[in-house]
Amino acid sequence: MDVLVPLPVVIPLLTAAGLTATGHFLGRRADDLAGIAAAAATTVISTLLVLRSLDHDLVYWFGGWTPRHGIALGVAFDVDPLSAVLAALAGALVTASFVFAWRYFDEVGTLFHVLMLVFLAAMTGFVLSGDIFNMFVFFELMSVCVFGLVGYAIEHRAPLQGAINFAVTNTVGALLLLFGIALVYGRTGALNLVQIGSVLQGSRPDGLLVVAFGLLLAGFLVKAGAVPFHFWLSDAYAVAPIPVCVVLSGVMSDLGLHAVGRIYWPAFSGVFSANADGLRGVLVGAGVLTALLGGTMAFFQRDLKRLLAFVTIGHVGIFLAGVGLLTARGLAGTTLYVLADGFLKGGLFLAVGILVRRAQDGDELRLRGRGRRAPMAGLAFLLGGLGLAGLPPFGTFVGSALIIRSAGDVGYDWLPPLLTAASILTAGTVLRAGARIFLGWGDADDPSLSHEPRAADEEPEKVPGRVSPPLLFGPALALIVVGLGLAFTPGLAGRATQWAQRFENRPAHAAEVLRGVVPPAASAPAFHPGAAPYVYGAISTVGAVAFALFGLYRRRLPTLLQRGPGRLAAGPAARLKALHSGIVGDYVAWVTFGATALTGLLALTLR
Amino acid sequence: MSYLPYALAVWIFAVGLYGVVTSRNLIHLVVSLTVAQSSTYVLLLSIGYVNRGTAPIFADVPKGTRAVDPVVQALTLTDVVVSVTVASLLLALALQAQKRTGKTDPDEVAAMHG
Repeated sequence: MDVLVPLPVVIPLLTAAGLTATGHFLGRRADDLAGIAAAAATTVISTLLVLRSLDHDLVYWFGGWTPRHGIALGVAFDVDPLSAVLAALAGALVTASFVFAWRYFDEVGTLFHVLMLVFLAAMTGFVLSGDIFNMFVFFELMSVCVFGLVGYAIEHRAPLQGAINFAVTNTVGALLLLFGIALVYGRTGALNLVQIGSVLQGSRPDGLLVVAFGLLLAGFLVKAGAVPFHFWLSDAYAVAPIPVCVVLSGVMSDLGLHAVGRIYWPAFSGVFSANADGLRGVLVGAGVLTALLGGTMAFFQRDLKRLLAFVTIGHVGIFLAGVGLLTARGLAGTTLYVLADGFLKGGLFLAVGILVRRAQDGDELRLRGRGRRAPMAGLAFLLGGLGLAGLPPFGTFVGSALIIRSAGDVGYDWLPPLLTAASILTAGTVLRAGARIFLGWGDADDPSLSHEPRAADEEPEKVPGRVSPPLLFGPALALIVVGLGLAFTPGLAGRATQWAQRFENRPAHAAEVLRGVVPPAASAPAFHPGAAPYVYGAISTVGAVAFALFGLYRRRLPTLLQRGPGRLAAGPAARLKALHSGIVGDYVAWVTFGATALTGLLALTLR
Repeated sequence: MSYLPYALAVWIFAVGLYGVVTSRNLIHLVVSLTVAQSSTYVLLLSIGYVNRGTAPIFADVPKGTRAVDPVVQALTLTDVVVSVTVASLLLALALQAQKRTGKTDPDEVAAMHG
């Protein structure tokens, strides 16, 4: 067993415990340094885990409780490259946000560092866990830390609302998850994922399994923020402090989707294999709906953090569709997309943080033209927006190319145009905000955008002027550059596909975890994207720029053009905005509806 | 084994959720959430129950004695800890909301929408 495996959880947890005990005596800078060191160490070790698990999984049984006769009693971490890269992404984003927080907060207590580190430990534990109840525990640990972090500026009203909505909705999601886990355990007597899969081998999908799977799915989708479980997300991300937003938007949402793959392939792919088509339809459908709704709602925002929150929802939809294709290529593409996108969105949030810190404001319209004095943040916005659009061959392009090809493989040729439309909406909106703030383009007022409380109220009070630029824009640009540059790793697409194939091969995976049978080393298949992804990438980039210009100069279009489609769109847009009521009871009702609808659809398709 | 415990778990969950959805008071909302949460204890314990089983302590009992499943009991304990944490955090937030806005109705505490 590899001793490195538990370290990405142990290091941040122990550092957090140490800081709790000593942080008050050591002072702010010691907290910052300890946080940066622990997060950076977690990133490095997670990256080492990726490199060590290239050919076979690293399975670590806590306390030496290895399986006897193929039956797992102990609790395991099951490390494969696709999971370990997400742990590394989490570590990198937490490191960047600690560096940024060095100058961003004028005053911040030890509590912030402690919660961030425990949050990091929970995220790495969640992705590495090979045991469904352990996943639940880390899921809850993650949630509880974030409830506290979102409501960090507790003296203001909006963070209170965001934190309460977040906490209640996610707790209901966790209950659905726990119901699902209990049903699965009752049926199989197992909590280890591959063990569940082995017990279910050869059985037919009956009502109990369908309901259990539906509940598990609903629980994870609440965390991911898929429609109609997404309402809490925009409220929470809009009020969380910027360094927290970076991690929430960059990686936490995506972990919910990773978990969908992580329970489906090892545990359920065998029993549902005959009905995979139906499940694929449900997941991809939910993904497309989420992607388009997130993109549309992003367009109507003027608060930059809330805007990026809806961009996050839009991209969660793209990822759900990618995972939902239920192919190795789709999973590989989604993971690569998540990686690039996580760095880019992290960089964008930090760029917003620079603006908030300078101008004490995070409102697109009020900031119009005022960003000229922060050119580095403007650069981050431009590059981030183009990267989100999937400009070939940068950033998210490799991931989206894999998803596009995978959609073709399963006969979903209608999917790439819809996903391209969603990325035009999200990237175009980001570019629109960038052009308005940093170039002063567009109109000074746009009545169709939602009004928000002053963003400055949401931040802990700061003194303007004492800004140390390199520590602020350094992390932002670093994240953007990494996000754009990841695509140039040689052979990345092929390797990721190989890892996903390993993940997908349930019998071999089960033999490896339960009996220690190391699979023969496979060579990575070469991936040639072909012409179509380049065409979609180009359409998406050009479309995003055009959509940004449309958002800026919409009201200067000829009156005839404005009136007709404008009137047609106004009604549905107002109704859509009204759904996001900010009232927690409504959100829980939507979660209940979503879980019921999801389980109902699965019952119809999985029989 | 009868279906009654399972029906009870679903019932408690539904009642709790109804309370959360319709609540006009944050404290009431948190308590409703706790009610919904307690349904999982009933579900977990009834899944591990064995008719005429004893507590799963295997000292001083003959081999082969029927015992209830200890795993679900461990899960329930973990779940209790989690739910207490969440409830106390939410109560703190509710208290803060009352202090800041003077209101406890979640509809009135809401500041952003759309």
